Amino acid sequence: MTVPDATGHFGPYGGRYVPETLVPALDELTEAWQQARRDPVFAEELTRLLTRFAGRPTPLGDALRMGAEAGGCRIVLKREDLCHTGAHKINNTLAQVLLARRMGKRRIIAETGAGQHGVATATAAALFGMPCDVFMGALDVERQALNVFRMQLLGARVVAVQSGSRTLKDAMNEAIRDWVTNVRDTHYVIGSVAVPHPYPAMVRDFQSVIGEEARAQVLQVAGRLPDAVVACVGGGSNAMGVFSAFIPDRAVRLVGVEAAGLGLASGKHGAALALGRPGVLHGSRSYLLQDDDGQIVEAHSISAGLDYPGVGPELSWLKDQGRIELRTATDDEALDALGYLARTEGIIPALETAHAVAAAKDLARELGPKGLLLVNISGRGDKDIDHVRRELAARQERAASGKRRRPAGRRPATGPRKRPATGKRRPS
Amino acid sequence: MTSSPDRIRATFDAAAKRRGAALVTYVMAGDPDLATSREMALACAAGGADILEIGMPFSDPIADGKTIQGAGERALRSGTSIASCLELAAEVRRRTPAAIALMGYVNPVLAYGEERFLDACVASGVDALILPDLPPEEARAFRSAAAARGVKLVFLLAPTSTPSRVAAACDAATGFVYFVSVTGVTGARASLPADLGAKVAAVRKRSPVPVVVGFGVGTPAQARAVGKLADGVVVGSAIVQRIAQGGSRKARAERVRRFVASLSRALGR
Repeated sequence: MTVPDATGHFGPYGGRYVPETLVPALDELTEAWQQARRDPVFAEELTRLLTRFAGRPTPLGDALRMGAEAGGCRIVLKREDLCHTGAHKINNTLAQVLLARRMGKRRIIAETGAGQHGVATATAAALFGMPCDVFMGALDVERQALNVFRMQLLGARVVAVQSGSRTLKDAMNEAIRDWVTNVRDTHYVIGSVAVPHPYPAMVRDFQSVIGEEARAQVLQVAGRLPDAVVACVGGGSNAMGVFSAFIPDRAVRLVGVEAAGLGLASGKHGAALALGRPGVLHGSRSYLLQDDDGQIVEAHSISAGLDYPGVGPELSWLKDQGRIELRTATDDEALDALGYLARTEGIIPALETAHAVAAAKDLARELGPKGLLLVNISGRGDKDIDHVRRELAARQERAASGKRRRPAGRRPATGPRKRPATGKRRPS
Repeated sequence: MTSSPDRIRATFDAAAKRRGAALVTYVMAGDPDLATSREMALACAAGGADILEIGMPFSDPIADGKTIQGAGERALRSGTSIASCLELAAEVRRRTPAAIALMGYVNPVLAYGEERFLDACVASGVDALILPDLPPEEARAFRSAAAARGVKLVFLLAPTSTPSRVAAACDAATGFVYFVSVTGVTGARASLPADLGAKVAAVRKRSPVPVVVGFGVGTPAQARAVGKLADGVVVGSAIVQRIAQGGSRKARAERVRRFVASLSRALGR
């Protein structure tokens, strides 16, 4: 496994670009994490929580109909959507709250985009009886009302952040400000790998259980390693979680799928790795969406979890090393893929995950009948149902009004319409 | 090309001679527009400020409280760029002998180009840089590039800083050390921590350069109290609030000048 240097650098990326007030807390956290890593009691307690509370190991299932439709490629799905709370996020939050307790912290804070990390943190905090404040962009509070209510049911306080783009990045700003102010008794449970050291390496390690399980499972069911592993990339926690076990397997292609939003050419997307430039945001140096003057550009994605202008430093480094390939999926392609996986495999994925599914369909076709493709189903779509219903209704309305204007004889749109695959990028 | 003369050192030497702390004031460039912010900086100088901090706006100011966040948003809306911050500094330099320190976040500096930015600082008469999200460990190359040009770097310390962090910041700082008085973000506070004196004394004992105290200082009484502990006192949000109260450019400038003069008097001048 790739380890950053002692100060958290992955090549030129990562590090710690934070206000001085936080540096001692990051030092303390690094030390506590290093100790916990060496402590069999911590490992035992975490394993017990992951198996008996979170539902690990998650299964690796075959996507038979999807594979057949793609021309016979064998597609296996790593079912992180079956984790307690509905996504991979719980792997990390249980570990971090356990760590916070070891460190004697009395309060938990977190930021959340889609709400999955917020729910997973609120869940872990409830389990350990710790007070928890979750910062969430006001726009995401609207988009993810159900998850807001779930967090509140779990006893957390949800703080709607009104500044900036009112999304994940602004929620992180506000969570960092809270931490700067309350650092002595508060642990900040970060769900992303796009932050200061030690989080990128620590969150990756806590999520690496995904790839370790999947690697053993695929060897067991298929007798060989996959040709490619696909995961969606926002900050990159699920991608690093599933990729890390395969990094030494040079023949296994690692494919990260970023949000192309309304299309890469529109400027409204979340493709920091594909189109960003290196810079510093939220305490870490990595690829960023920024303008010529170094101001961070607002990202766009139909999925709140990918609506983020940055990405983890290790993914930035793996990109430069040529170890990962990048693809993108638009909002429309993700919506289509969500419906597709639901109809063909009986799984409604999260909108974030649907980006990976969209790319997986293409990749499976490219790999052909001898191919073996592993897709990380990072989360389930329950949280998105309302949002998806609204988006599909809006698209059908647009299609219907478009149809009225169109000359007679055009084929009417039925259900979610297929759009041309714009913005897909071949690996560079 | 290096910046000359050493206005930062001269400022603190002069303050020490009159047995008082230096007064450091903060104005955000481009808040609400570039010309107004220039007049505000000059009003600070007219009111008796020794060092003029000029803020460079950033979209994601994680170390700032609501007041300076608001100023940054106004500045970005008015189209303030790094180039216009440098231009502002150059105009202020032509009209006052006070030392000038640019303060901002590191990403716009990286985007501008570190060496190009430092060259522009020299050309604009900027004496020092304060980048709160660039700790000494991440600043190695930048430190030597700044030293080669005579641009002073200021590093921050906080109440949470350990002795080894204090040593690192004191050894890296070439202009002064900026001690953050409160565990928190920028913004005026009703009261300052009781153990501030002991903390600042410990840093001053270790530091080869002057130590200023900021974050949370918003009244003449607080400035007087902090002035007894440190080599300099920084007032930011309280000035930004007075600019944000509105009125004509002239009315704002007079409001700021009077307030800064009251701070200056509180420091014994």
